[in-house]
Amino acid sequence: MKILRNSALLLIVGFMAWMMIHLYGQYESRDALNPVAEYYAVNGPEETGAANLVTSIVVTYRGLDTLGEVTILFLTAAIIGLLLRTEKGSRKKSVRESSEFLSTASGILIPVITLIGIYIFMNGHLTPGGGFQGGAVLASSFILVLLAISNKRIGHRLLDYTEAISGISFILLGILGILLAGGFLDNRILPLGNFGTLFSAGAIPVIYSLIGLKVGAELSNVILELNQIQGEEEEL
Amino acid sequence: MIQIILLIVMAVIMLVMAFIAIHHKSLQVAVIASGIISLFASVIYIFLAAPDVAITEASIGSALTVGIFFYILNKIRHEDIKK
Repeated sequence: MKILRNSALLLIVGFMAWMMIHLYGQYESRDALNPVAEYYAVNGPEETGAANLVTSIVVTYRGLDTLGEVTILFLTAAIIGLLLRTEKGSRKKSVRESSEFLSTASGILIPVITLIGIYIFMNGHLTPGGGFQGGAVLASSFILVLLAISNKRIGHRLLDYTEAISGISFILLGILGILLAGGFLDNRILPLGNFGTLFSAGAIPVIYSLIGLKVGAELSNVILELNQIQGEEEEL
Repeated sequence: MIQIILLIVMAVIMLVMAFIAIHHKSLQVAVIASGIISLFASVIYIFLAAPDVAITEASIGSALTVGIFFYILNKIRHEDIKK
């Protein structure tokens, strides 16, 4: 049995090595961008008005992909909520209080981290980062909130409403793009403005802020579910 | 030159941390080691001129994932005590 397993492993490794050698032999470096990348690099800043080319591709040219990613994240959060959510009133929390260090330090850190998260998704069209990154930073500040203020109950409702409203507005903006401009999620429904300023690039800042709020609310919701099963175990 | 040396040092640290994450007895240490891998990976992404990916890796890999793993570990420990 062991010989069989080892020989199978050896076969797989040998196959991988053969493929790698093959790939390496075929590789030739190019000194020019491929046509699609060249189109984005040349026409992107002019067409979308975004200083950060990555954002103009993610939100405008490949906006449908972004919608798919947001949907996947939404489904994941919803399934986790379905599996972990308990009946109302059955959870009583008796978690021990957080230490002095944690509560003092988090009082300073939470506003700063939240501000960084909001900055990242509001300036997605100017600086690196965007909705997903900013939302993840927001959720990591939410972990600190839960750790520091363990005795208070935090409602699902605010998170749920934030998520629902920003998700619906995201799709409505996309449909507005079909009606007023070139196509789904076209950013030219708002004026492009001056290149490189905060209120530029049409609808990109609005769309990315909505995505940021949605992702932040979804990830925070997942963490909140996990935190609440914690309280239950404590009670049993 | 110094950039390449730094990159190699960070890659070696990541490999060591990956080994620790797999083979250490304590699960807490393993989770923290996997968080450190993400942290150094995000620094390497900045060196390779991909700041977008670096922000994602730092916030998700080294903050959110570690937090979620600790919540789950805590839950598993409670179940063990009950039994």
